[in-house]
Amino acid sequence: MFERKSGILLVAGLIFFAFAFLSNAVVPALMYSHLPEKTAEELVNGNIRYQFEDLARRYPEAFVAAFGQPPEDPETKEGTDWWNQNVADALREGRSIYVGEGCWHCHSQFVRPVSNEEQRWGPVAASWEYQNELQRPVMFGTRRVGPDLSREGGRRSNDWHAVHFFKPTMVSHKSPMPEYPWLFDGSPSKPTRRGMALMTYVQWLGSWLESYPDYEAYTQAPLEELKKEAAEAAEAAPAG
Amino acid sequence: MSEATETQTHDHKDLVDEKIVMAYFFMALTFMLVSMLGGLLMAGQLLRHNPLSGIELFSPGRWRMIHTNAIAYGFLANAFLGLLHWSIPRLTLHPVLDKRLSWLIFAAWQIVVLATAAGLLFGQAQGLEWGETPVWIDPVAQLGLLLVAINFMPPILKVKGPMYVTLWYFLAMFIWTFLTYAMGNFVPEYFVSGTSAGAVGGLFIHDLVGLFVTPLGWGLMYYFVPIILKKPIWSHGLSLVGFWGLAFFYPLNGIHHFLYTPIPMFLQYGAIISTIAVEMVVTTVIINFFGTLWGRGRAVVEDLPIRWFYTGMVFYFLTCLQCAMQTTLTFQALIHFTDWVVGHAHLVMYGVFSQWIFGMMTYLIPRIWKTEWYSRKALEYHYWLSAAGVFIMASDLILCGLFQGWSWASLQPWEHSINVSFPFWVVRVFAGLAMFAGLLVFLWNIWMTWKTREEVELSNVALPA
Repeated sequence: MFERKSGILLVAGLIFFAFAFLSNAVVPALMYSHLPEKTAEELVNGNIRYQFEDLARRYPEAFVAAFGQPPEDPETKEGTDWWNQNVADALREGRSIYVGEGCWHCHSQFVRPVSNEEQRWGPVAASWEYQNELQRPVMFGTRRVGPDLSREGGRRSNDWHAVHFFKPTMVSHKSPMPEYPWLFDGSPSKPTRRGMALMTYVQWLGSWLESYPDYEAYTQAPLEELKKEAAEAAEAAPAG
Repeated sequence: MSEATETQTHDHKDLVDEKIVMAYFFMALTFMLVSMLGGLLMAGQLLRHNPLSGIELFSPGRWRMIHTNAIAYGFLANAFLGLLHWSIPRLTLHPVLDKRLSWLIFAAWQIVVLATAAGLLFGQAQGLEWGETPVWIDPVAQLGLLLVAINFMPPILKVKGPMYVTLWYFLAMFIWTFLTYAMGNFVPEYFVSGTSAGAVGGLFIHDLVGLFVTPLGWGLMYYFVPIILKKPIWSHGLSLVGFWGLAFFYPLNGIHHFLYTPIPMFLQYGAIISTIAVEMVVTTVIINFFGTLWGRGRAVVEDLPIRWFYTGMVFYFLTCLQCAMQTTLTFQALIHFTDWVVGHAHLVMYGVFSQWIFGMMTYLIPRIWKTEWYSRKALEYHYWLSAAGVFIMASDLILCGLFQGWSWASLQPWEHSINVSFPFWVVRVFAGLAMFAGLLVFLWNIWMTWKTREEVELSNVALPA
């Protein structure tokens, strides 16, 4: 058997290969068969909806040019469907840009239970988080030149991401990350559809967790009041 | 298997199509050049010195994928196909199935590689390492691999009686490569997602090295080393252990690329144990080859192909030893995600397999052109620049990985790990430039050999007249 063609073709070529495939690929697939694969539409949640609507507020013209005019009333069934469908489309598109630009070669998407990673990034990765169409193939990653991104969503604002994608060193002084100006129309304040899709994807990462930073409770800084107070103080000062 | 007995009954010209061997070599070296340029671009980017910054088609992220794919499918696959066209007909004494099919495969494969490069440049990658090949090329590549098997398997199957070791590796490889490519490029893309896709992805990365590159590399070593040393392989028993050990344990290793992921722990343990088993198998193969060298050690100094081969084998032993250690969970906690792994990958792909191929090219090119190398000194430069370059690069990155791992574990700001890496990344650029210079010297030497060869022929014609 060991030096015959049949032994080499059947035993080494086919049987050993099949044994490895069964034990190393079919077994985990069966083990997770009770977790159905979610579609991008099913992945839309409040957090990512918030981030996506935030894009529309921050870059109104670019947003309308990229995704069309949002419906007047987001509370109606029609309005909700419009937003959710666009978030799902942006997620799919953002993921394909994330893959096509090779982001996953320098950023991982799983937090390990060792090396103090829980403290740096948050909860350890769990299987159910990856059972969706955006993880086909899975974006675990094998190298971290930059930090892990699986808990990146909500940590930074869309503005930060826009500037960072445009020219990383503007916000992260020594970053070796490449620049991606082709995701913009010449300036960080004018992201294209691709740029906004990628931001949506990054803001989605970890949006399914309770530890997602709670931006919904965020209230605008009382800039106008502060200005008024400062003006009043300035007026009062020479008199006093 | 000596050349004298072979030529008595079989004409080398009827067996081997030398033109296609050289054509494959040229394409292989061209893609090596492209790959190295991509590597240099990425290395420059890490140092924030990228002259092409902000140009979409020169994005380092995309060129990083060209870097690895050009090596796997452009350099290694092309060079191996050329070497198969030389070794299989000479070993089996039967030509390949059809010479026209050979050229069709040659053309198809170049189209596959170029289309992959174009797809990657235009941002259509698929999210799996070494499987980035855009989805619309996958079926063509799969068909190409099928044709390769159809073209090369008939001469092997015609062999009567027991087969030589090399043919065991080749025969199994045709099956493995076809299945591996199908598994990696279709299963995680269309059928499974998430954690199970990770398991399949790990299997794919690993099988591509273990079941495509490794059997070709070792099969060719079993072919060329005894021919050049003019003595048989030391132990047939160890050859058997080496082949069957690789065939059984290597495919079981895949998941060790994703340790500490949500992949079930018992599967991770299985992959770790199999990896350590592979290291033991590798040790037997190395012993077998050094047993073969025993008594002819001087050849390492005098004979350049042998020097390339045995340098590669030493690196192979080192990478496998490193692998057996780094696959343990203790090591993984520190070195996973770091440049340690990048150093390891360069040591295997360049330090071992590329250097073996350089050795085989050094041996074959003058034989095919029926001339001497233009410059022995240039061959020495090629060897030293490449071997020293990759050794420095790998040690540098492996060490760098330790510092990165410690920096992350100590919870310092992320910038700290970048600052720590910086001097290592500088050294890496210079090591890479040395390897690049080695390749340029080799190309220059090939060019000069070709030019002076014509003069030799002319004078030969002139002499008898």
